[in-house]
Amino acid sequence: MNGRTSRFSPALPLLTPLLTGLAALALWELAVRWGAIPPYILPGPVQVLQTLWSDRAILLPALGVTLWTTLEALALAVAGGASLALLFSRSRLLSAALYPFAVVLQVTPVIAIAPLLLVWLEPGSAVLVCAFLVAFFPVLSNTAAGLQAIDPGLDELFRLYGASRWQRLVRLEAPTAAPHFLAGLRIAGGLALIGAIVAEIAAGAAGQGSGLAWRIVEAGYRLNIPRMFAALLLISVSGVLIHAGLSLLTRLLPGQRVAARQM
Amino acid sequence: MKPDHEQNAGTGAALVRMQDVGLAWGNGVTALDGLTLDVRGGEFLAILGPSGCGKSTALRLMAGLLAPTRGQVWRDGGLAGAGRVGFVFQDPTLTPWSRALANVRLPLDLAGVARAEANDRAAAMLALVGLAGFERAWPHELSGGMRMRVSIARALATHPDLLLMDEPFAALDEFTRTRLNDDLLALRARLGFTVAFVTHSSWESVYLADRIVIMTARPGRVLDEVRVTAPPGRGAPFRASAAYASQCAAVLAMAAAASGAAA
Repeated sequence: MNGRTSRFSPALPLLTPLLTGLAALALWELAVRWGAIPPYILPGPVQVLQTLWSDRAILLPALGVTLWTTLEALALAVAGGASLALLFSRSRLLSAALYPFAVVLQVTPVIAIAPLLLVWLEPGSAVLVCAFLVAFFPVLSNTAAGLQAIDPGLDELFRLYGASRWQRLVRLEAPTAAPHFLAGLRIAGGLALIGAIVAEIAAGAAGQGSGLAWRIVEAGYRLNIPRMFAALLLISVSGVLIHAGLSLLTRLLPGQRVAARQM
Repeated sequence: MKPDHEQNAGTGAALVRMQDVGLAWGNGVTALDGLTLDVRGGEFLAILGPSGCGKSTALRLMAGLLAPTRGQVWRDGGLAGAGRVGFVFQDPTLTPWSRALANVRLPLDLAGVARAEANDRAAAMLALVGLAGFERAWPHELSGGMRMRVSIARALATHPDLLLMDEPFAALDEFTRTRLNDDLLALRARLGFTVAFVTHSSWESVYLADRIVIMTARPGRVLDEVRVTAPPGRGAPFRASAAYASQCAAVLAMAAAASGAAA
């Protein structure tokens, strides 16, 4: 064995970013201390953590509100996106009639729609609708693509054996579309959080006392920079956890690891 | 157990009768033009012809997967029930999300056979194609030849009367192909099904078939018909014999004429 094998140890993908991150944090902390940078310009990581702890009574309920909105929006996007994709696969007319408008919704920045929604709806619902709108499209388009990826041979096989519509759906269409759907779900999870945050920021004072993004805006007004960082940290961690959770879900589903490899 | 069908090969009444069958695709391409062809009960029929002569289309017409635009395809009433006709495609077309046993079980599942009985029957068929012990293997873990064996086991799981095979061994290496040819003859001797086998190899057609139908290039029609003379069981001695070589040469010459006929 030469030294080359040890350079590619399995711990590497985990250890390298961890060490890089720690080094960056240490450098940040040292720069703040040696440069005597005031906290209202740039707080050090230690102070951010201290603020996270001392402001927990404000930050954690706000995190709860934002996360709940995100999950609700994700659930609605999954239900709406998957069922619309199924309808599209059943009717080409419907697909041709509606799909372009789904694209229009997708390419219109949600931050531009948010003010309008805030006029029509009360802030909580407007935030939910915004998060839903951004999460909806990846679920729809990926599931629709998955439903079109059916092996023509298997399609003939199911016809040969006289499979019912239900058997086709459960045994052919759903498993074929599943890896595509799950890839869409992983994207949608991250986007739902972004949508919720963007809408909360657009809501501004109207969303007073609610989500995490509002706490950032509020802390900004007060030049409470450490709290802005603490809220930002919570949002990032939430995003990472949502992605990790959905990736884990993908791996736990039976057969999906194998099917995904064949994509 | 049914008797050895090698003896009364091709003497049975027609299982499928195609009379002056034509098939034109929507785009104006004529796949078949005036094809008249019988598949007789108990025989091993090879359909030999150049690429694109409509051999695969003819097989799909026999299976009832396509309807002719001209002429008639008559099928024996016994073939009407689900699972009475088996189909083996050029690719194994297994479902990547299920293991070997579940793949073989698919036709039984679609027919609503109880799980325990279906498992037993699928395992028995898997053993019969030489894959005992591979029940829990995923398709991607198997070699190309083994995947094709799973595909054959799936087609035979319902004990069909007619097995339709669409160039099943074309993608395999010569050694694997030779072994699968022998094993297919052994399976047929044991289970007694009728075969219609599409191939573009004259050597394969002579080795396997009782009767060879030679088709012209598109639009496909039957140009000639050959009856193969072979000792029962065939095997390596037949493959090495002068009788095999001379019949191959004759069929090859006819096939060459056929591909020139409409080229």
